[in-house]
Amino acid sequence: MSKKFLSGNEAFAEGIRLARPEVISAYPITPQTIVVERLSEMVEDGSLTAEYVHVESEHSALSCAIGASAAGARAFTATSSQGLLYMAECLYYAAGGRFPIVMMNADRSTALPWNIYGDQRDSLSQLDSGWIQAYAENAQEALDLALMSYKIAENKAVSTPYMANLDGFILTHTYETVDIPEREQADRFLPPYETDNRIDFDNPKNMAFSAGPDTNYIFKFKEHQGVLAARQVIRDTEKEFAEIFGRKYSGLIDTYLTDDADYILVTLGSIAGLCRETADKLRENGVKAGVVRIRYMRPFPNEEIAEALKNARAYGVLEKDISFGNEGAVFTNVNSALKKAGINISGYNFIGGLGGRNISAGDIQDIFSGLINGTDSVNFIGIGGVNNG
Amino acid sequence: MANKVADSISREEFFYGHKACAGCGGSLAVRAALKVLGKNAVSVLPAGCMSAVGFNFPQLCFSNNSIISTFAGTASMLTGVEAGLRAKGYKDFTAVGFAGDGGTADIGIQALSGAIDRNDNIIYICYDNEAYMNTGIQKSGLTPFGAKTTTTPAGQNIHGNIRPKKNMFEIAAAHDIPYAATASVGYLPDFIEKVRKASQIQGTKYIHVIAPCPTGWGIPVDETINIAKEVVDSGLWYLAEYENGQFTLNHKPKSFTSVEDYLKKQGRFKHLTDEDIKIITDSRDKKWDHIEKNFIYR
Repeated sequence: MSKKFLSGNEAFAEGIRLARPEVISAYPITPQTIVVERLSEMVEDGSLTAEYVHVESEHSALSCAIGASAAGARAFTATSSQGLLYMAECLYYAAGGRFPIVMMNADRSTALPWNIYGDQRDSLSQLDSGWIQAYAENAQEALDLALMSYKIAENKAVSTPYMANLDGFILTHTYETVDIPEREQADRFLPPYETDNRIDFDNPKNMAFSAGPDTNYIFKFKEHQGVLAARQVIRDTEKEFAEIFGRKYSGLIDTYLTDDADYILVTLGSIAGLCRETADKLRENGVKAGVVRIRYMRPFPNEEIAEALKNARAYGVLEKDISFGNEGAVFTNVNSALKKAGINISGYNFIGGLGGRNISAGDIQDIFSGLINGTDSVNFIGIGGVNNG
Repeated sequence: MANKVADSISREEFFYGHKACAGCGGSLAVRAALKVLGKNAVSVLPAGCMSAVGFNFPQLCFSNNSIISTFAGTASMLTGVEAGLRAKGYKDFTAVGFAGDGGTADIGIQALSGAIDRNDNIIYICYDNEAYMNTGIQKSGLTPFGAKTTTTPAGQNIHGNIRPKKNMFEIAAAHDIPYAATASVGYLPDFIEKVRKASQIQGTKYIHVIAPCPTGWGIPVDETINIAKEVVDSGLWYLAEYENGQFTLNHKPKSFTSVEDYLKKQGRFKHLTDEDIKIITDSRDKKWDHIEKNFIYR
């Protein structure tokens, strides 16, 4: 294992190199571009053998990846923001066709107003597209997700595309020291892609067909089961990953000091570190604070969140997203998890970081104050509570 | 000639048991092309008539590997299929797309342009029935001037479609594509030979085949071939190729048959006035001036 000083984008590209994709379809968009630039260099210098396709749009990027996956090849693409929305049709297509493509999304705000900075409104708008959705916190996790992603997505019980999300700029462009696994280790961890869901010249197939009202729901149920199956496959894959690479991950969520916490902040992505630091400071002052970082939005960690929050007095959900006219999508999902588990505690939503706006330690302290003293149901950081009635 | 060509293609059926309308020109083009390309053809078809009639689980009508693409994604999925199969070590296959006029000239033109730009090793066949037939005969970028569709009604004020067809053949050629051709199912041996020629050329190939739709054109179901001949004989369509930077005309009618006869046989043109017909005839003559100047004939 070697160490390198890499940005989140570069770390992810290193992970993809180790995963040996056979077809890469690339279209640039800020802040994703460095991923496709590095991959093109790896193909040029021969450290990665892949068909590198310069597509003319994000729609074609994913359409090409679907074609490659239908040919039985391991396919990769990357996008962000407007690009993710432009290819949205293909997201549902890839998932419905059960093509285990991996895509990196650099989480970025969506126009209008135009903004290139990070928030999570792009990927969270696609929760229903049928993809597994992971959210990395740091560059090391980004690399490790890249390597684990194919193993999870290609598992026969799962056979579902996988979107790895990195906070735009805050994670994609921030440099950290990253452990790079050895090629031999990576090959031992991730075998070549084998599937029956592919073009076969001995037994020709008609793929990506229509299914009417009499059968359509069966395909959709199976698609649902595929994403649900990822719950166990993610755990198994992380166990195997730890055995080979020595780094442990905690499944669909990551908990910090939640066991005895009275006030728990649930969040996702790169802001989690500052949340944990704030929790530490609050504990120095006698406030039992804890943090849950959601690692996977799909499959959603219903049981894990209920387990982590069940003894808390109040919880907050901090997210870089708003479903206009309601609340943040993560808050909705967390509330549903608690309702299904019969847990009835006060919960508050905090919308922050939109368009890349900084979320400060003071903001997070204020959020915890809101949990302790009560606040509005939905709060825009820097503006205040908004009536959700 | 015709028999020799017929003998040269497979007796096997690759597109069989589908539920296309009687007299469908598009299904004939797909059927003939696959008989040339054989069992190692991998077909990509976007949402449209051919996928609607052939891909209804569990009634799946292609006996070669085939896949539906997104409407805009015929060419980009072809790219992926071709790259993927090559990455898996396959050599003996043909990635072929069959897209309609709307799927090609409107929603799919960006992806097609990208594929030609990359010179991906694919054959793209546009079966042109001159409107969005699958959704019920709406105007596309390849609907001819004057045609009545369900979105270009023929009334007192506007006589159907007010714009001419996009010139997809020359748009493809403008990319300096290795091979582009026009064809008509009325001249099937010519189409078959062009598909065969395309299959032997490396890089991107584009074939634009006129494929009448009796339902949308308002003709009897047994008139498909005749009308597809007549569109060529009247000079409103032409059989040509583009290769090595050169346009070639393959078929030169000694004299054109009547434009008015061609138009008046079809329900979609019944409303046209003498003035409309003159516009169409003048436009044909202008086109042929261009052909005479820029195409070689052999």
